[in-house]
Amino acid sequence: MADPRDEPLVLGIETSCDETGVGVVRGTTLLADAVASSVDEHARFGGVVPEVASRAHLEAMVPTIDRALKEAGVSAKDLDGIAVTAGPGLAGALLVGVSAAKAYAYALGKPLYGVNHLASHICVDQLEHGPLPEPTMALLVSGGHSSLLLSTDITSDVRPLGATIDDAAGEAFDKVARVLNLGFPGGPVIDRYAREGDPAAIAFPRGLTGPRDAAYDFSFSGLKTAVARWIEARRAAGEEVPVRDVAASFQEAVVDVLTRKAVRACKDAGVDHLMIGGGVAANSRLRALAQERCEAAGVRLRVPRPKLCTDNGAMVAALGSEMVARNRAASDWELSADSSLPVTDPHVPGETHRRGHSHGHDHVHEVSKENLYS
Amino acid sequence: MLLLALDTATPAVTVALHDGTAVIASSSQVDARRHGELLLPAVDRVLTEAGLKLDAVTGIVAGIGPGPYTGLRVGLMTADTFGLALGVPVHGVCTLDGLAYAADVPGPFVVATDARRKEVYWARYADSRTRLTDPAVDRPADIAAQVAGLPAVGAGALLYPDTFPQAHEPEHVSAAALASLAAERLAAGEELPAPRPLYLRRPDAQVPKNYKVVTPK
Ligand SMILES: [Zn+2]
Repeated sequence: MADPRDEPLVLGIETSCDETGVGVVRGTTLLADAVASSVDEHARFGGVVPEVASRAHLEAMVPTIDRALKEAGVSAKDLDGIAVTAGPGLAGALLVGVSAAKAYAYALGKPLYGVNHLASHICVDQLEHGPLPEPTMALLVSGGHSSLLLSTDITSDVRPLGATIDDAAGEAFDKVARVLNLGFPGGPVIDRYAREGDPAAIAFPRGLTGPRDAAYDFSFSGLKTAVARWIEARRAAGEEVPVRDVAASFQEAVVDVLTRKAVRACKDAGVDHLMIGGGVAANSRLRALAQERCEAAGVRLRVPRPKLCTDNGAMVAALGSEMVARNRAASDWELSADSSLPVTDPHVPGETHRRGHSHGHDHVHEVSKENLYS
Repeated sequence: MLLLALDTATPAVTVALHDGTAVIASSSQVDARRHGELLLPAVDRVLTEAGLKLDAVTGIVAGIGPGPYTGLRVGLMTADTFGLALGVPVHGVCTLDGLAYAADVPGPFVVATDARRKEVYWARYADSRTRLTDPAVDRPADIAAQVAGLPAVGAGALLYPDTFPQAHEPEHVSAAALASLAAERLAAGEELPAPRPLYLRRPDAQVPKNYKVVTPK
């Protein structure tokens, strides 16, 4: 076994939304996960305000880098690379993290890796359960995304199978919580109320589950409206709203669709591992139902602990470390934040590499579409 | 002394090196939409031109605005992080002061930059080194009386000739001027402010109505 100190030591910076995250990872070992959140500043607005988030990132960045290095017990000069979320996310917020990462990498004389936020959400599971099986199916659910992704190599091949066609799952939680006057963010509080409610009390609709609907896409907008209408009808009739039953029934509708489609995708693609990440992966009912359905389908479920599911710097460091380990091209100093970076780009290699090696991933064998599905 | 100065509070992405006596290298590019991409290559270019490495720098000087936020933060975040990595102090200088320093105007004048949304960031100066008012953001028409009869410099002045009939160059701030001003002040034993942004406006935020936030225990 190789000396673990030979594994890449990488610092990762994440600022795609309202969390300023700085993580330190050695190989697949988590050394530090420092997060400063501006969530309280957004609470009164009922959602993340981009400019508030960007201002908070600028204030929090240097202290959070300091804290992460202390927590990890490593010195900046020993780092093998600096990774940063290049996208997707809020443009102004991403730019703060990218500026910090570029300056830090340049000043320390280390390679810079601009990486994809979604691929990082998948890769973080390596810190919890060891190297990702190849291929891995991933269900990413948060306030910003709801996607089904299939990856054969997290540094080079991430394929989108499906995504939400309207609201993200986490957004639906936030909106329903707001209609119920439960505050922001909605995920944890709905989860708490739902535990005391009856998930079968109200039959809320399951979006995009008809026989002709896209098998792996999601829709939560109709559900959100149905829940709001149901509540308003109760209120209009002067009746009390059964908050616990509404929370449980709404939550059941969301996690039923998510897990049903994820398990189906695993079966269809012949993939025997499912990882679930993103903030909504902290939902207790989602975890329980996914476990149940994966067991029934013979699929192994991997869900990182809740703190690694929400946005953090450790996930970015985890993917950065994998980029170093697999000799992926570093980014160059022109790296920019890309608010709509495609999920198919796990990282943003420098211009010279993009031009020079259009078939640049020659060190790692790639599973072709054919033998993946065989 | 070796100061690295940078400013991204106006459409200019500008970087300069100052050795305590003079500016030894500088770069300015005007592109309001690519601050994030242009700044670090510009730092690299300026250092290469001077034949120096970043670790030779003894202090960072950053323009703290006022300026459009997204661009402004690129420079401040870069300066802050350089300071952290190199263990050197980071000094803030008001961007309008840098413009004033570069302005060749005898007697009182005004500096105004473009704040977008039909407003300007502005301040009044007694001379190139002496600011008389705190930086503010206003509609040009609303400050016409306060700037009447005064020469003015900066893109904000050039943009609104009705309010600033005596507007002229420089249009944008240069890091060379910022560095020279900072070097002069530091040599005089002055303390420069921390590099905190001058936003001057509250963040835009839509507060949803009709919903009271009640978080249960
Ligand atoms: Zn995320």
